[in-house]
Amino acid sequence: MSTTDAAPVLTPEMRQEICALFPRYPTKQAVTLPALHIVNEQLRCVPMRAIPEIAALLELSPAQVHDTLSFYGFFKHEPCGKVRAWVCRSISCALRGGEDVLAALGEKLHVHPGETTPDGKVTLEFGECLGLCDFAPAMLAGEKVFKNMSVDKVDEVAALLQAQAD
Amino acid sequence: MPDFEPVLTANIHKPDSHTLAVYRQNGGYAAIKKVLGGMTAVEVVEVVKASGLRGRGGAGFPCGLKWSFLPKDHPGPIYMCVNADESEPGTFNNRILMELDPHQVIEGIIIGCFATRARAAYIYLRYEYPLSLRRLQAAIDECYASNLLGKNILGSDFSLDIYMHRGAAAYICGEETGLIESLEGKRAWPRIKPPFPAIEGVFRKPTVVNNIETMACVPHIINRGADWFKTMGVPSTGPRDPGSYGPKLYCISGHIERPGCYELPLGITCRELIDRHGGGVWKGRKGKAAIPGGISMGLLAESEWDTPLDFAGPGKAGCLGLGTAAVVVLDETVSMVDFLHNSCRFFAHESCGQCTPCREGTSWSERILARIKAGQGRLKDLDLLLGIAGAIGIMPGTTICGLADGAAWPIKNAINKFRDEFESYIRQTNPSGADRQEPAEALELVGLGAH
Repeated sequence: MSTTDAAPVLTPEMRQEICALFPRYPTKQAVTLPALHIVNEQLRCVPMRAIPEIAALLELSPAQVHDTLSFYGFFKHEPCGKVRAWVCRSISCALRGGEDVLAALGEKLHVHPGETTPDGKVTLEFGECLGLCDFAPAMLAGEKVFKNMSVDKVDEVAALLQAQAD
Repeated sequence: MPDFEPVLTANIHKPDSHTLAVYRQNGGYAAIKKVLGGMTAVEVVEVVKASGLRGRGGAGFPCGLKWSFLPKDHPGPIYMCVNADESEPGTFNNRILMELDPHQVIEGIIIGCFATRARAAYIYLRYEYPLSLRRLQAAIDECYASNLLGKNILGSDFSLDIYMHRGAAAYICGEETGLIESLEGKRAWPRIKPPFPAIEGVFRKPTVVNNIETMACVPHIINRGADWFKTMGVPSTGPRDPGSYGPKLYCISGHIERPGCYELPLGITCRELIDRHGGGVWKGRKGKAAIPGGISMGLLAESEWDTPLDFAGPGKAGCLGLGTAAVVVLDETVSMVDFLHNSCRFFAHESCGQCTPCREGTSWSERILARIKAGQGRLKDLDLLLGIAGAIGIMPGTTICGLADGAAWPIKNAINKFRDEFESYIRQTNPSGADRQEPAEALELVGLGAH
């Protein structure tokens, strides 16, 4: 019995997209991660209020969905910036100055890793090995790959990230 | 290099190499025709077994043997999970295959599913590979449109569906049972084995988990035969070594002139890979050490670079194994303290938290390394680290999966092979406190061994 008057978080389109995946798997629970991605793509986060709605679609308890969500640090409850950028800090990039690039970019954007710029445009994060070691130091911003970065290029990179968000 | 004709990367430099048309122009999907034109599933398994193909994902388990572990006459369904969660630091060869020749991978998966009687395959792809996702999905769509996937493939009675499944940035999902749990919609906590996935895997059904590069080898083995595959690589070097055959995509990164992915026969030495193919240590500097196959394999000191990078080689030099054959070069300027801090930080971040020795051991190691790095190290910390490293993992019998073994190996190799450097760093940065004892040590709380 629902006593809440709040509008649902999941749009009909999201629900449709989630349910369309059911035939791919023998259990609805297997659609958990895909469902979280669908919501995250649209809202740039998975709000707490979305969890019972996803659980209802998948015939799970909200606790099961939350348990899975919370395991993957990837999903946040508050919206990320329009562009989410991961600067790699693992060994191949670190050997070529990746951590300096991350620090310089954070300074330029006035954020620490994990934070979003006040204009809501860019969320800066550290990444663990992005599999771009042949282009180290590297960054993944949305679907865009930034190769062979350096501290000198940080101004340019920051401008590109802002532009990507517009 | 003129003395080796590439197999897996033969077409990646051609325009539109990711499309069905170009794949077909270069002989693609001939193997699946051959298989469906008259081979039995058992025959396919036997050819792959005879080829000596070993898994390219890190463990090096013989592929055909893995397939033969599936129960015979099982009513089904049987599933294939393709491990595309490539996350081992330094490794990017699967990305190259998925982005530039996805149909080669798909053809291998189709043949693998035929051989194992799987009727559905899930490609578990790490989140950080968006282009791989697009390229593989486009290739799958092309296959459905050309009757290479779906019902009654090429008019045969064999039907198969392949689905993409996207991960969410967690290293542990590359562990095969962690992958299975994640695919089922749960936290990626590895399972206690047995039962092995071949008996009870995803959705509690028999499951085979194979790596992308392993699958890419399969069409070539079908087309050219097991004997041809065995012309590349090195034979068995001892009773427990089934040999290292076929081509391998070696990655080189770090302090190297020409970082990249180089396809070579298994067994090339680390030095040859670095000097001849990677253009040598960058900036004309000397080498200090190299990771032989992803960071969890540990370190080869420069004096050990003549070690062959086959499945048996790195282990003989004290490393954990060949791993993913991703070499990361450290030049003479690298501080081993910095290297080890980076390594410990990675594993502390990626430990899934299920097994206490790993969860606590990896984060404890990171804290110790951070303290040493900050100039508050003690000489005793080195033995403390070795104590932790010796107590976490499958080998000491304290964890469910091998993540902690991978966390332990860089600690063991770095301290055992470069102990003088750690000691002199600690003496220089913390001269007055280098010998201080902590209360935990007085209480003898540091022995973590299995009871």
